[in-house]
Amino acid sequence: MHLDEKTKAQGNDGTGAKSAGDGQSERVPAIRLVGIEKRFGPVYANKNIDLNVAKGSIHGIIGENGAGKSTLMSILYGFYQADDGEIYVNGKRETIPDSQKAIAIGIGMVHQHFMLVDNFSVLENVVLGVEGGSLLQKGVDKARAELKRLADEYELNIDPDALIQDLPVGLQQRVEILKALYRGADILILDEPTGVLTPAEADHLFRILGQLRDQGKTILLITHKLREIMAITDEVSVMRRGEMVGSVHTSETSVEQLAEMMVGRHVLLNVEKGPSNPTREVLSVENLTVTDKRGVDLVKDVSFKVCAGEIVGIAGVSGNGQSELMEAIAGMITARSGSITINGEVTTKADALDRRHRGMAHVPEDRHRTGLVTKFPAKENMILGYQDQKKYGEGLFLDLTAILKETQDFMVDFDVRPPDPHLKAANFSGGNQQKLVLAREMERDPDILLVGQPTRGVDIGAIEFIHKRLIEMRDAGKAILLVSVELDEIRSLSDRILVMFDGKIVGERPAGASEQELGLMMAGIDDPSEMGSDPMVSAELARDNTDEALVEMAKGGKE
Amino acid sequence: MDFFQTLILTTDSAVRLSVPLLFACLAGLYSERSGVVDIGLEGKMLGGAFAAGCVAAVTGSAWLGLLAAILVSIGLALVHGFASITQRGNQIVSGVAINFVASGLTALLGQAWFSRGGKTPQLPNTARFNEITLPFTDSVRGIPVLGPIYSDIISGHSLLVYASFVAIPLTWWVLYRTRFGLRLRAVGENPGAVDTAGISVAWMRYRAVVITGILCGFAGAYLSIAQSAGFSKDMTAGKGFIALAALVFAKWKPVNALGACFLFGFLDAVGIRLQGTQLPVIGEVPVQAMQALPYVLTVVLLAGFIGKSIPPKASGVPYTKER
Repeated sequence: MHLDEKTKAQGNDGTGAKSAGDGQSERVPAIRLVGIEKRFGPVYANKNIDLNVAKGSIHGIIGENGAGKSTLMSILYGFYQADDGEIYVNGKRETIPDSQKAIAIGIGMVHQHFMLVDNFSVLENVVLGVEGGSLLQKGVDKARAELKRLADEYELNIDPDALIQDLPVGLQQRVEILKALYRGADILILDEPTGVLTPAEADHLFRILGQLRDQGKTILLITHKLREIMAITDEVSVMRRGEMVGSVHTSETSVEQLAEMMVGRHVLLNVEKGPSNPTREVLSVENLTVTDKRGVDLVKDVSFKVCAGEIVGIAGVSGNGQSELMEAIAGMITARSGSITINGEVTTKADALDRRHRGMAHVPEDRHRTGLVTKFPAKENMILGYQDQKKYGEGLFLDLTAILKETQDFMVDFDVRPPDPHLKAANFSGGNQQKLVLAREMERDPDILLVGQPTRGVDIGAIEFIHKRLIEMRDAGKAILLVSVELDEIRSLSDRILVMFDGKIVGERPAGASEQELGLMMAGIDDPSEMGSDPMVSAELARDNTDEALVEMAKGGKE
Repeated sequence: MDFFQTLILTTDSAVRLSVPLLFACLAGLYSERSGVVDIGLEGKMLGGAFAAGCVAAVTGSAWLGLLAAILVSIGLALVHGFASITQRGNQIVSGVAINFVASGLTALLGQAWFSRGGKTPQLPNTARFNEITLPFTDSVRGIPVLGPIYSDIISGHSLLVYASFVAIPLTWWVLYRTRFGLRLRAVGENPGAVDTAGISVAWMRYRAVVITGILCGFAGAYLSIAQSAGFSKDMTAGKGFIALAALVFAKWKPVNALGACFLFGFLDAVGIRLQGTQLPVIGEVPVQAMQALPYVLTVVLLAGFIGKSIPPKASGVPYTKER
């Protein structure tokens, strides 16, 4: 097995991929998995997985939440050990008991939740674990030089002394990539890398990945977004419920085919939606300013209206004030100045309960932290915020029978599975938890519904359902204010789109606005129509346009 | 000059009183920086003090006493480590349990072995860490201001006092200049980052906890065989908790810890000095009020005057790999 010797040597010297040009090792897959199995208790997270990843390619792994993609990659990175199966890296059989081993054989990983120490500098994060001696100074100096080299080679510029907590997420991700490269990774695994990025940042990431591939690196891209798969990968493998459904060449497949492989049935990827019919004004926000404890303005002088019979979407990169705006309208936090009017009555000073009485319902962004008490059973979660209503009992006692009955009805109506009112909220899947919250709020028949991130961490089937219900509610003449970081969701549901950047609403666009136009506004470029005349940006836009049709359908089924 | 003399004497006694706090505070710093909350500093100190008292009394060697204190304290630290790192138990409960065990067991064993109401036998000076007089003490005493500062405050302490003050820069250096320190700080902030870098989170935390044990051993030995001549029941008297407060006050930083511990030591010294004296307007202050002063000030300082003190992010959270 002289071949093994050679490939092993490549893995170890860290820069060996450049010599991958020699004919023999080209044919050996960078990664070959045979019959990988992993159980958590009685549940199979991975069942009999086979996978081949060609050297020097970008290989996509796609599947719904809980399909087992992350578990599989964690096995490859030594975070978990497989219960059964074989792993070959560059043709050589390997056991990967811990991450140290994975790093040693040239595998690097960029985790979905960044594995960075927030109050460390970029340099400290990069050298952590590979300090090269018991004193830091030498390793840090070496890393500084190496970062400079990597920055020149791959357009990965970064201030090595900046603290992670001061960097935007796009740059934090860059640090993760640099960490992997610094450790000499030849095979780079990226777990849902674009979840936190703006469209422009995502495109930049893809350019970097393309460059890395051209330099001979192998890239595994885990995602549930079809657009990314089509845009960047050479090959794609689809997982469903812990099993590998199949692998196809990206050029020979279509979004529809992949979606069907992912879900196991035909999915309608477009939301069917008639024109809106806005009538009376239900919610009016005027000159609202929200300030945090440190005195920083998070929402700056925001004004808008929402009418009955329309969905108003607020687009923006996470952390630009949408969350605070939503919480201020819902009455969870107090605005410093400005006014909020519900159904013609000024409710700026009213608390959350009072606002509910006036016809407002709120589906919070974070269902674990604010939407549900995950340790409570479904039936108790179903009355949270409405527990003082007469129908749930008077005086000191709750009418448990009535609560149970109603929870059952709501669960059936919203197709929550399993429809068991006694089950703890924590034991439902993400999509079903979200349906619990939506059922609780939407079944109250509010005049205005605030919805934050309605489909975050929710699988395609449930997304389809949730979007349909929101449209139905609109058609029933209710007002809906939607906040989402998923631009496609905003674009397919909203009748009007407001874009927030740095606490301000930087513009309003009609339903048909294009992704790149909104994307530029989200990045704080005030008037994208003017920017269009800039040759560089135009080129950028033209390139994006080819993706446009895909984008339309990507990221989740919409009926 | 009378005021100056009082100040010198109070400061000198503050130095002595802040030493156990300093050891315990640094002990807590290592543990909490690694992500293990340690409310059991008190228990470890007490266990160490008892072991030092016993062994020094039996063998007549202060050094063996110190060694015994360190070993017992490490033992207790490992119990806490096993409960909170390996078993992922509640760290507060484990720490409280250690405090109770130490308090009960030292009194019980002390009575059973020496029958002196929980005290260990009075130690002769040869079995203690004695005060060291630094060179030139007598010759510089006459120099105004600086003389007394050198002769009375800096000189004339036991070896352990100087060790505690060396421990501060040493800890700073370990924390910020060594690989171990980098990993220690990382594991208390984001153990996931350490794990994915291929470093064992549990091993890092065990090492931190052992260092905590060693330093608590020093603190305990100081109490029973340097500051006093023998162990007495519950002689730590809440110093472990004050050290924890000092740690919060110091924002988990070694140099700040020196300031915080010295402040609490100084308050203690002032409290002792003011006992029984007449103050203008107030009159004679009850002893209890003076004794409560450091605690009251702790609450006041922690409540409002130090700004935001952010603990290591992962402290108190057992590490489990996420799915």
